[in-house]
Amino acid sequence: MNLSRFFDIPSDLQHSYAGLIGLHLREALIPVLAGLLLALPLAQLCVRFKWVYPPLFGITTVLYAIPSLAFFVVLIDYTGLSETTVMIPLAVYSLVVLVPAIVDGVRSVPQETLAAATALGLGPVRRYLQVQLPIAVPAIIAGLRVATVSSVSLVSVGMLIGNQGALGNLLNDAQIYHRPELAVNSVVTTALLAVVLDAVLVGVRMLLTPWMPKESTAR
Amino acid sequence: MIRIDQVTKRYADGTVAVDRLSLDIPDRAITVLVGPSGCGKTTTLRMINRMVEPSEGTILLDGADIRDQPVNTLRRSMGYVIQNAGLFQHRTILDNIATVPRLLGWSKPKARERAAELMGRVGLDTALAKRYPYQLSGGQQQRVGVARALAADPPVLLMDEPFSAVDPIVRKGLQDELLRIQDELGKTIVFVTHDIDEAIKLGTMVAVLRTGGHLAQYAPPAELLTAPADAFVEDFLGADRGIRRLSFFPSAGLELRTEPVVAMDAPAARLTAPADVPYLLVVDTDGRPLGWGAPDDLTAGAIDPARLLNHGRPFTPGRDSLRTALDGAVLSPTGWAVAVDDEGRATGVVSQQVIGEAIRTAHAAGREDVTAAR
Ligand SMILES: Nc1ncnc2c1ncn2[C@@H]1O[C@H](COP(=O)(O)OP(=O)(O)OP(=O)(O)O)[C@@H](O)[C@H]1O
Ligand SMILES: [Mg+2]
Repeated sequence: MNLSRFFDIPSDLQHSYAGLIGLHLREALIPVLAGLLLALPLAQLCVRFKWVYPPLFGITTVLYAIPSLAFFVVLIDYTGLSETTVMIPLAVYSLVVLVPAIVDGVRSVPQETLAAATALGLGPVRRYLQVQLPIAVPAIIAGLRVATVSSVSLVSVGMLIGNQGALGNLLNDAQIYHRPELAVNSVVTTALLAVVLDAVLVGVRMLLTPWMPKESTAR
Repeated sequence: MIRIDQVTKRYADGTVAVDRLSLDIPDRAITVLVGPSGCGKTTTLRMINRMVEPSEGTILLDGADIRDQPVNTLRRSMGYVIQNAGLFQHRTILDNIATVPRLLGWSKPKARERAAELMGRVGLDTALAKRYPYQLSGGQQQRVGVARALAADPPVLLMDEPFSAVDPIVRKGLQDELLRIQDELGKTIVFVTHDIDEAIKLGTMVAVLRTGGHLAQYAPPAELLTAPADAFVEDFLGADRGIRRLSFFPSAGLELRTEPVVAMDAPAARLTAPADVPYLLVVDTDGRPLGWGAPDDLTAGAIDPARLLNHGRPFTPGRDSLRTALDGAVLSPTGWAVAVDDEGRATGVVSQQVIGEAIRTAHAAGREDVTAAR
């Protein structure tokens, strides 16, 4: 292993080290964001109409059980060897994690808080945006943490479809060029990214929820 | 006035929570709905702000059907307080209180200024303004609940067992506070409780409901205690309604005896009791009662306050009721109650017998009042 060439990224990847990190972040975070944007209305649907939740939960669980590779194989026919092919399954996984997290969070709002909101004259939209959603923030962020960390690690699988795995592609090159330090780089950097993003989300949670009892902040 | 007219509520599962209830709720007074668990109190209260829609009947507010105005406009004109306060845990105390003014379109600074003013009104230190609900005690949270309900100065206040989750001492404080606020603001308050003592203490009118949502009796508390409509109401009032009724009779008319009251430094000649009074009440130089002593045990110029008998809790004629006076007499080892003025100076003493006669007279008069009022 030649550690002096740790950051010497082979030219076939067409990216610098920093470029690979940027690419990795993009491929990991856009799906989480898309998942969140889809999950919010779906979760609201589940809360309003209780019967929606069990079937939706069943479907998402089945989707979660599909290995990402199988997903890629099916998608390649439609979206080719592209970033999109990597990001669609990741968005689905995020969705699967986030819907139950948001539903549980929104349902955890005490009955009397909701009754008080109604009695004070907040309509359903205000109740959702001003009461239920803010109180669900800790649960939503807990879901986002799981979704983000798994998304960051799953992006690497994209190396299998035309080198769309960002930092994961280093694993491929490590084999081709017999440079094990590239594999170490890939694993360490991915892990660091996950840790940093997780810490950022914890920070965001703390900023958004000054109202939580300090003892129970650790979730 | 809120007029509940022949209102029935049948829930989807067939439960009849309220059955043809008619109730005229007077303005600027506290009307209490009281009854055993499940008798339809919450349902009735929630029909007034349309959180529950009646199956039959109408509710009129100042002559107009409450369904004539948009539901959220109606709700914003009625404060609402519930058990455990139901505060928004994610908002500061100030912003909790400012909720309705903000909904009504007030600017944030104006709403917060109003909220701070209300904190004072309900007896909350404004230093708590920036705190979150979890940082407050149950009693403080309940005060925030009341302040939040009052924030936009609604003419009507609906309260659903607001004080039932706090301990008895805090509850008494909150009840006194509510009466004080009501004296100042004169709201039309509908107050739900299952505690008959709370109903009698707070209510100008009390509606006793029985299971199945029937109205058993609707009357001022004194009348309830004097003439319960039936066995259910009588049972619900409890065993000591006769004693509790005394709360409504003033002690002002009691004839006080002043000869048994002697000062610490009284000369020997004053230390003799009238024939019908076995004890003397010794007072300090300011006139405040120290305790009872038998004339034979008292030596002029050498009275030891520590050896006197406890004088029990004194009452203030004009402010306290016959119940307090009787309580003072019962608790006193001599059977005599001590009357004091607002400064705590003894103004006289009165025996159990005299209080007993006053009670008999008051009862006789009270019964006539109630019969006349019918
Ligand atoms: N949403 C509902 N669906 C069906 N039945 C209901 C519903 N809400 C209340 N009930 C029933 O209606 C009756 C009256 O309920 P309500 O809550 O008005 O009683 P309450 O007098 O407030 O009782 P408590 O003192 O226990 O609060 C009860 O039998 C209750 O089970
Ligand atoms: Mg109730």
